Amino acid sequence: MIQVNNLVKDYGNRRALDSITFDANQGEIVGFLGPNGAGKTTTMRILTGYMPPTDGEAIVAGYDVVDESLEVRKRVGYLPETVPLYDDMTAIEYLKFMGELRRLPNPEERAFETLEMVNLDERADSFIGTFSKGMRQRVGLAQALLHRPEVIILDEPTIGLDPAQVVEIRNVIREIGKDRTVLFSTHILSEAQQICDRVLIINKGLIVAEDTPENLHSRVLGTERVRLRVRGDADGLDTAIKKIKGTRKVTSNKVDAVEFEFSAGQDVRPLVAKTIVEAGYELIEMSPVGASLEDIFLELTEDKLTGKRSGGK
Amino acid sequence: MRNIWTIAKREYNAYFNSPLAYVVMVLLFGVIGIIFALNLVSVTNSQFFSQPLDPTLVAGPLLFMMLFCTPALTMRLISEEARTGTLELLLTAPLRDWELVIGKWLGALLFMLTILAITLIFPIMINGMTNPGIDLLQTASSYLGMILVIAAFLGIGVGISAMFTNQFAAFFTTLGILVVMWFLIGAPASLLPVGSEVFSYLDMNSHFYSGFNQGNVNLTDIIYYVSVTALGLFTGNIAIDYRRWK
Repeated sequence: MIQVNNLVKDYGNRRALDSITFDANQGEIVGFLGPNGAGKTTTMRILTGYMPPTDGEAIVAGYDVVDESLEVRKRVGYLPETVPLYDDMTAIEYLKFMGELRRLPNPEERAFETLEMVNLDERADSFIGTFSKGMRQRVGLAQALLHRPEVIILDEPTIGLDPAQVVEIRNVIREIGKDRTVLFSTHILSEAQQICDRVLIINKGLIVAEDTPENLHSRVLGTERVRLRVRGDADGLDTAIKKIKGTRKVTSNKVDAVEFEFSAGQDVRPLVAKTIVEAGYELIEMSPVGASLEDIFLELTEDKLTGKRSGGK
Repeated sequence: MRNIWTIAKREYNAYFNSPLAYVVMVLLFGVIGIIFALNLVSVTNSQFFSQPLDPTLVAGPLLFMMLFCTPALTMRLISEEARTGTLELLLTAPLRDWELVIGKWLGALLFMLTILAITLIFPIMINGMTNPGIDLLQTASSYLGMILVIAAFLGIGVGISAMFTNQFAAFFTTLGILVVMWFLIGAPASLLPVGSEVFSYLDMNSHFYSGFNQGNVNLTDIIYYVSVTALGLFTGNIAIDYRRWK
């Protein structure tokens, strides 16, 4: 449904996209993960026909985004990061207007059905200017779904929403992604994990990883990190842990806690617990330290750079 | 065509939701009304009834006021869409750039045609008050001219609006261009020994006052205003295209 080959985009002298290649199939929800300025929005804007690429090719729903832009635009639903709404229109008027532009046979009826999908039918006749952030986001989403497009592209659809609204939007995305292609960007790792079939990680205009959320996680988390706390003084605890075979990167906060890593296959936790209890420490907590998005980025971007260097040799 | 109409309809309705449009309406009707009343008083007080009421008296004040009202009506048309992000929505909808530009212009033109239709009340009143009535052909020609002048003004305004994200920048640029085209561009014609025809042809003002307003409908004048309108809209189309590429 989406095929991207060696896509390049330059803004003046700055290269925003550096020859990225990926695809997305029907019925697949693909998460586009990356820090701000990584190139997510640029890629989405090219895929939706908003701007042409500097080089490379993108085929969406069977049409080239440059040569057959109008055909692509007919088949894509797009929610930009800044939700594009007219405050002087009511929700129903807005969707009806978009429905007319999309030549839907019965724009008003379709507009109402779509508002029902995003649970906004009760506010159909209210002016968009009076809506809360979450409601605005939902009207924007309704606009993207209005023509039941084959491909749906959502740029940070959950940003700025409260937790309840985030869950609601995620459910809508999951529901619509059952039989359509959804590409959505986020910088929240857990969100990508919850919704996506596949995750693309993009950084500085390059795709640094592409995999299922589970694989990605285990790739990065080939090591597990544990935080360990004791009651009272933790003096000498880090040295004691360092001596245990299988522990790595032991760091102490010099008060009451120590963090260490071990390979996912070799769980040293029982041994660590036993050793330090025997050494007279009062163990009160041992908890996993989840890898943050930053960790994953660092890990993956480092891999990529080292890979490039060694490849060049 | 359908897309143009959809955009025009939305824009026309948006004018009636905006206070600015009502300010423009009040201003135009207020000034024209006062001038009409003053004319009426002066004619009826005249002892000899020698000075007839001018059926085209709407044109002068209306077009003068339009120099200022046009930038106010067009400044936000595309620049506001760019500022709020709705331009991204329209440029990713199955809509050609020129359909968007023409739709915006048509919406503004329809709004002005509504105002122009209301001003017909003045010539109708003059017609009722005078014997044998007004010169209908001259009045029709004056109105046709006004429509073409306003269409050209709005064309320039829409083109300029597409170039900016800031409304005020669009306002002042449009105002500047209209003042130059209406008042100043013809001036070198009387000063220059050669090339004066070019400047007098470019003068927006003379095509109306020495043509349409006298009751003379010339193809040259029609072509002139249609060309200016097209040039404005074409500029708008290029400006939008530039936004996509930059």
